Amino acid sequence: MTASVPVIRVERASKAFPLPEGGRFDAVREISLDVLPGEIFGLVGRSGAGKSTLLRLMNLLEKPDSGSITVAGQELTALGARELREARRRIGMIYQHFNLLANATVFENVAFPLRIHGAMNAPRLKARVAECLELVGLQGKAGSYPARLSGGQKQRVAIARALASYPTVLLCDEPTSALDPDTTRSVLDTLRDINARLGVTIVIVSHELQALGSLCQRAAVVEDGRIAELFDLRDHSVPRKTSLGRELVYHAAEAHAAEVHAGRPPGELHA
Amino acid sequence: MLEKFLLVAPELWRAFGETLLMLGIGLSAAVLLGGPLGVILFLNGSGEPGRGRSIGKVLGWLVNTVRSFPFIILMVALVPFTRIVAGTSIGPLAASVPLSCAAIPYFARLVEQQLHEVPRGVIEAAEAMGATRLQIVTRVLLLEARSGMVLALTVLAISFLSYSAVAGVVGGGGIGDLAIRYGYYRFETDVMVITVAILIAMVQLIQFGGGRIARRLDKR
Repeated sequence: MTASVPVIRVERASKAFPLPEGGRFDAVREISLDVLPGEIFGLVGRSGAGKSTLLRLMNLLEKPDSGSITVAGQELTALGARELREARRRIGMIYQHFNLLANATVFENVAFPLRIHGAMNAPRLKARVAECLELVGLQGKAGSYPARLSGGQKQRVAIARALASYPTVLLCDEPTSALDPDTTRSVLDTLRDINARLGVTIVIVSHELQALGSLCQRAAVVEDGRIAELFDLRDHSVPRKTSLGRELVYHAAEAHAAEVHAGRPPGELHA
Repeated sequence: MLEKFLLVAPELWRAFGETLLMLGIGLSAAVLLGGPLGVILFLNGSGEPGRGRSIGKVLGWLVNTVRSFPFIILMVALVPFTRIVAGTSIGPLAASVPLSCAAIPYFARLVEQQLHEVPRGVIEAAEAMGATRLQIVTRVLLLEARSGMVLALTVLAISFLSYSAVAGVVGGGGIGDLAIRYGYYRFETDVMVITVAILIAMVQLIQFGGGRIARRLDKR
């Protein structure tokens, strides 16, 4: 990797949650992490390891108890409420359960981030929503309500919504965990596609190693609130320390071999 | 029975109008004041990240206190207040004052309960996109809870139809008052039957209409 300026910088961030029966749970312990512009970065770990909390620190959905978070040159932890709302326009996020507005059409869901910031006039907004829906292959579904869509389509709407306000970063919290294998593949293809076409940096949390292996350039294994190891998935020069790391490298190699076997240059999009 | 009906028809008609007036005022107050109160209770309630939680506690205590009163006691206790607001303590307008006072906290709790049904993740997604608290209320909470709130209003309307009958005891007027005066005090069973029939029809109509609107608004 070249020494480019990180687009996300987590510095000695910690986050603990109080437990109902007293005491506290240290979800993230003094983690420092850099995500580089344009890369797809994976976070893996067992459940409860702190990977989701780490992701949620990156747009300050969880406020760190200590440490700092910097995204696109802006230190989020130093911002006031108003500036933070403004900064969040550039940080898209998608979720395991999609989190769409059930009583709003696909169009209104995608228009939501544009409307709340009031940044566009009506014709521009309409054009932008259409553009985003096309990007995820959902043109023609603008008037539907989410309940009428399949899981994969709902996640695409969520991706379109996250892209609407031109984010530099897209945070993905278990985006395919509620989807079947086929749909998972196509949603991953969509993510790979927007990363390649728009240069949006993607950070993805998942327990599906196969999905991450085929998608990510770099990944971090999170264990017990700390980063156990952080590596480039194509780098085989050093043996991986963790079993999750070894599995991930294995899946990455397999995905790579499948691409070569299919006669496509590695890294190109799946059909 | 028909003869009797024609005899009391003018009074029945007047009573019907009074009932509608009381319901109209009570429900309007519930929506206009109880609705926002419910939102404030939700935003400052337990488990919700909100500023000024103590406000939520104070308002919650106030709501519980008003709701503790048996309606007839509340009506009597509010007589001095009613005189100030309505200028009198008898008649449907005066009865609307305690009705409103009871409807506001009742509806506030119903609204709060409906807002809790909105998935936490949807609110969080709006937050992550940079929505303000007000935008979350108007563009997320009210939108997602709208059909539930119509059903809540339906429940409220039906409860307060019978509360308005109690108002008859202190000269509040309305259909319930008619039932008590003719049917109960004067043993005119047929008038009682007619009024109860009208009340049954109103309840069915409110329930039917509310359910229909709620279904139409619900896209889940």
